[in-house]
Amino acid sequence: MKEHLFEYLLRLGDDSLILGHRVSEWCGHGPILEEDIALTNISLDLIGQATSLLKYAAEVEGKGRNEDQLAFLRIDREYKNSLLVEQQNGDFGVTIMRQFLFDAYRMPLYEALSKSKDEHLAAIAEKSLKETKYHYRHSAEWVIRLGDGTDESHERVQNALDALYRYSSDLFFTNEVDEALVKKGIIPEIKVIRNKWLLSVKNVFTEATLEIPTNNWEQIGGRIGKHSEYLGHLLAEMQYMQRTYPNLEW
Amino acid sequence: MQFNMERKYSQEELEKRFQDKIDNDIKIEPNDWMPEAYRKTLVRQISQHAHSEIVGMLPEGNWITRAPNLRRKAVLLAKVQDEAGHGLYLYSAVETLGTDREDTIDDLHSGKAKYSSIFNYPTLTWADMGAVGWLVDGAAIMNQVPLCRCSYGPYARAMVRVCKEESFHQRQGFEIMAKLAQGSPAQKEMAQDALNRFWWPSIMMFGPNDSDSPNSAQSTKWKIKRFSNDELRQQFIDATVPQAELIGLTVPDKEMKFNKDTGHYEHGPINWDEFWQVVNGNGPCNEDRINTRRKAKEDGEWVRAGANAYAEKRRMKVAV
Amino acid sequence: MIEKIVKMSKNEWPLWEVFIRSKQGLNHKHVGSLRAADAVMAIENARDVYTRRSEGISIWVIESNNVHASDPSDMDSLFEPGQTKVYRHPTFYDVPDGISHM
Repeated sequence: MKEHLFEYLLRLGDDSLILGHRVSEWCGHGPILEEDIALTNISLDLIGQATSLLKYAAEVEGKGRNEDQLAFLRIDREYKNSLLVEQQNGDFGVTIMRQFLFDAYRMPLYEALSKSKDEHLAAIAEKSLKETKYHYRHSAEWVIRLGDGTDESHERVQNALDALYRYSSDLFFTNEVDEALVKKGIIPEIKVIRNKWLLSVKNVFTEATLEIPTNNWEQIGGRIGKHSEYLGHLLAEMQYMQRTYPNLEW
Repeated sequence: MQFNMERKYSQEELEKRFQDKIDNDIKIEPNDWMPEAYRKTLVRQISQHAHSEIVGMLPEGNWITRAPNLRRKAVLLAKVQDEAGHGLYLYSAVETLGTDREDTIDDLHSGKAKYSSIFNYPTLTWADMGAVGWLVDGAAIMNQVPLCRCSYGPYARAMVRVCKEESFHQRQGFEIMAKLAQGSPAQKEMAQDALNRFWWPSIMMFGPNDSDSPNSAQSTKWKIKRFSNDELRQQFIDATVPQAELIGLTVPDKEMKFNKDTGHYEHGPINWDEFWQVVNGNGPCNEDRINTRRKAKEDGEWVRAGANAYAEKRRMKVAV
Repeated sequence: MIEKIVKMSKNEWPLWEVFIRSKQGLNHKHVGSLRAADAVMAIENARDVYTRRSEGISIWVIESNNVHASDPSDMDSLFEPGQTKVYRHPTFYDVPDGISHM
């Protein structure tokens, strides 16, 4: 049971960590100063969530590791983030579409987790929910603005949607880890989350005049450590200092 | 607005009233009459300051994805974000003078407008994050605190906001350096190397010697410059050398020595050739920095256009 | 603030003035300006830019074009000095000793 909770916390924590890292790459390169600040806010929130979640994960694991060791010293197969969050930033359209697909899933998930029988997880979820509601508003508004903006902005976000939609299935991947935790009332049933996600996504895409791709062949594997080629490069950069100068304090 | 004032009073009277206000520490606000030269000088100074904040995001932004732990990552992100915010407050202040933010930014991209030369140096190691926070922000604070009392209202108020936020910037930089200096031999070497590379460019941040600064006298009279370059530079050196000594690092100036009689540090000659070369575009990173900012603007064109088109469509809907 | 026509050239977003009420009971205070494509974005941007250190419970945004300012050259007539209307100042009135809270 402890292993299942640990595994699940890694999934949550790694989603926040990897996505937070990806969004942080925009700092100094945003399409306008105000949006640079907004994206960095989102990144900071996600890194903060990752810190809380990985800290708790380390506690649950009980092997004396801490959040930094988990964040910076695992090998790629040990990361349990979804395939969606490790996709490259691309242009602003890709970034905001990735963010929207993720926020639309994270919001109902945190809502449900804030009622978890695990008090610690519930507390993290409740705090993170406030932030996620804001992220969702921001990314949904942008998808609509750009979808229903100019021809060019419409084309770019439609292309982004066509490219990213298939990775959203990884957000809803479940296995025996989830089964066990659902039984204990620690996490919700994924289909409840998925239905809420579908509703949000459909509504927003309609308003944004975007079409959901018909090629829905699922891309999954992140939750069990099977990642895309991108994660390796991301980790090489992120882990550089800790790998090059092992066991030091910063 | 200016025109109305000019109809009521003569040029002489206006200038006298204007200078009286300044001499009595009454703030000049955007709608007030001001000499054209005052407005021009402020536009140049404030926009240069704004550009420095924005370009300044890049050398530190360079290490966000390689920050060594979660806390350092978050703190660095927050700091760089603050810099974006400061740039924004300053662009906002310069817009009150009737210039457009986009025009100001285009001047930066074309090379017409300048920004602080320090940001044309590369950040090569994690220790550079310490050096930049400690030295560069330290120098900036020295310059910014007196500006909180400058004569132009919006600029002074922006500076008050900036100064409130800035103090954590220098602290986190110094904390990074202190940690490294007290760490492993490799860490200590990293810190000393960063100090070696950033020391001289940092003291050059205060600008040329007073004797080589022709505009200073008028700016001082108008209270948009409160202390001279050399005064601020000396203040900075006096404060910083002991800080380096405290954490066991050595400032790379063999001639640096404390003069007991004056109570000040005396330093070796500054390489003004290097300063002017860098200011004029020949620093290690000038081109990179400008290209990065230009690219961000170009890449963002379709985003801004999209948002505008959407807003326009909404307005039409409401109108109908 | 100055009255000016904000250029909409090159996909620029309009300029908005931002006012923040930092605590219940206080007035909204002008804190600066920012660019946004519409009011919803302006409020969110204002929150990100001007309340990063939890400094706000209410945000107002107004397109700079819609701010109207008095003309400083009218200051003489618009703002007659309070010195000539002395009866508006509490010091004009004598209140006997022993009266408190007045």
